[in-house]
Amino acid sequence: MSDNRLSEEHETLRKTVEEFAREVVAPAAAGHDEAKTFPYEIIAQMAEMGLFGLPFPESYGGQGADYFALCLAIEELARADSSVAITLEAGVGLGAMPIYRFGTEAQREEWLPVLASGRALGAFGLTEPGAGSDAGGTRTTAQLVGDEWVINGSKAFITNSGTDITRVVTVTAVTGEPVNGRPQISSIIVPVPTPGFSAGAPYSKVGWHASDTRPLSFQDVRVPAENLLGERGRGYANFLSILDEGRIAISALSVGLAQACVDESVKYAKEREAFGAPIARNQAIAFKLAEMETRTYVARTAYYDAAWRMLAGLPFKKEAAMAKLFSSEAAVTNAREATQIHGGYGFMNEYPVARHWRDSKILEIGEGTSEVQKMLIARHLGV
Amino acid sequence: MNIVVTVKQVPDTWAEKKLDASDKTVDRKSVDNVMNEMDEYGVEEALKIKEAHGGEVTVVTMGPEKAVETIRKALSMGADKAVHLTDESLHGSDALATSAALAKVISTLSPDLIITSSEASDARGGVMGALLAERLGLPQLTQARKVTVDPGANKVSVERLADNGYALVEATLPAVVGVVEKINQPRYPSFKGIMAAKKKPLTKLSAADAGLDAGSVGLAGATSTVVDAQPAPPRQSGTIVKDEGDGGAKVAAFLAAQKLI
Repeated sequence: MSDNRLSEEHETLRKTVEEFAREVVAPAAAGHDEAKTFPYEIIAQMAEMGLFGLPFPESYGGQGADYFALCLAIEELARADSSVAITLEAGVGLGAMPIYRFGTEAQREEWLPVLASGRALGAFGLTEPGAGSDAGGTRTTAQLVGDEWVINGSKAFITNSGTDITRVVTVTAVTGEPVNGRPQISSIIVPVPTPGFSAGAPYSKVGWHASDTRPLSFQDVRVPAENLLGERGRGYANFLSILDEGRIAISALSVGLAQACVDESVKYAKEREAFGAPIARNQAIAFKLAEMETRTYVARTAYYDAAWRMLAGLPFKKEAAMAKLFSSEAAVTNAREATQIHGGYGFMNEYPVARHWRDSKILEIGEGTSEVQKMLIARHLGV
Repeated sequence: MNIVVTVKQVPDTWAEKKLDASDKTVDRKSVDNVMNEMDEYGVEEALKIKEAHGGEVTVVTMGPEKAVETIRKALSMGADKAVHLTDESLHGSDALATSAALAKVISTLSPDLIITSSEASDARGGVMGALLAERLGLPQLTQARKVTVDPGANKVSVERLADNGYALVEATLPAVVGVVEKINQPRYPSFKGIMAAKKKPLTKLSAADAGLDAGSVGLAGATSTVVDAQPAPPRQSGTIVKDEGDGGAKVAAFLAAQKLI
């Protein structure tokens, strides 16, 4: 899907990732989904292509592209396999980006080259069993004892936290008494392995079977005081700003899934015959396809615009929230309709749409639920 | 090692290919054009040899203006520079005329090794490697599934695909090597590679720049002519064998009639 706002380099990158997704990612997707295995060999090829370094400067081992380039890559990967796309999104957006945005020069130099190369993965631990978008619920604590932070607590649903190549997890923790009535939350970099830190068994999930998601436990985990990421007490605020751009990336991922549902359904509806003609001849099906394509187009336009605003230095939080809200719901709707168009086959895992259907629901939940997006948008309207 | 690799821009492998009604050449305007898939293996092999032995990889192509996209792809994969032979007068060149033009350009680059792929997915002649070797007076090692270069001994050896295995053949450098798609896994360009490709040297040559005589190339210089062409007939529906206890025998009889067993 070419767009006249894509620069030549963006378009070439998009085409390259599209080709890679079609030739390498798609053929392996069903196998990893069924076996619930992390696709190390695919991640290694993505690393070779520099995808994990897209938004970072070459001086930190990055590719010197931008966040929009990352989003284009995520969209194209999601057309083939959402698990692979979220591994990239979380690795770059949540694992490496906070260190790039808020890290000291020493922290950047220590972590970015290895994360940008894709040889190692980073994760971000924010969510807890009892706290997600509600910062006040954070129970994990980090106490400064001498020149070390001592971390205790647990985290939930952390992507990329327990792979063989996970080398760092940044966590949010309560680091002291509330300031001006707000909980004092800071971010701390925890190298993997560190004694006392453990990633639990992978969750049994409805979808995203080939992505690594685990609960984390911290028992007297000691890291040097200089592992504080960003200012003390700014951990939550900093992470919220990471989530603002992350929503554009999740929107891109949603658009990829929505597009895959259109592509699979168009192909199927032209091939599958019922009552003597391809089912695409029925307006009931053709109109569904038209609506699915329209949803995808509008969702893509929304995330392109939000990304453009962000890169232009314009306010983009509301636009990012709207893009995420609209495109995740578009993905869920398209996946449901694609499954319906495929009939009984749509419920069979051998058809990609069944996987897309299972993979879609989390898009309305992760990196802020639809309801949280609406809260944000409403706040921008002054209500 | 000074390595030349030839590439060709072709209509997308998945696109329906048509001939231009006026001169019966391949219609390149109505379809997406991509680098001939086989050529990606040639570029990859050239890059691997360069990475192992040092040197430079030069991409050579002949084709319309748009073929620069294919050059850029090879450069973004990691080739160092490119020569693009492009001229209206070259339109319609057949394999012989093309080989003459490419040989002329390649000879000015004095390569140690020339790598071609086994065939292009549009014309599927599969003869360019042999034609270039003949024109340049060099040994040719085609159908290579493995290439080993020994610059010290000035030698190249290949495992050449054969019907029942492979043959080990070698030649002195310079030589022309044609590779098959089993040889490697072509890399995908990185963003850095895509950006770098825009700055790499690209020499554009007209037929006159390359010292080609206008009468010897293009439709005028072609030794073969497409007289007529018909679209392939739609595939016939298959034969359905009903199994009434004798299904196996019927299938066997069908295969025997097709001389398949």
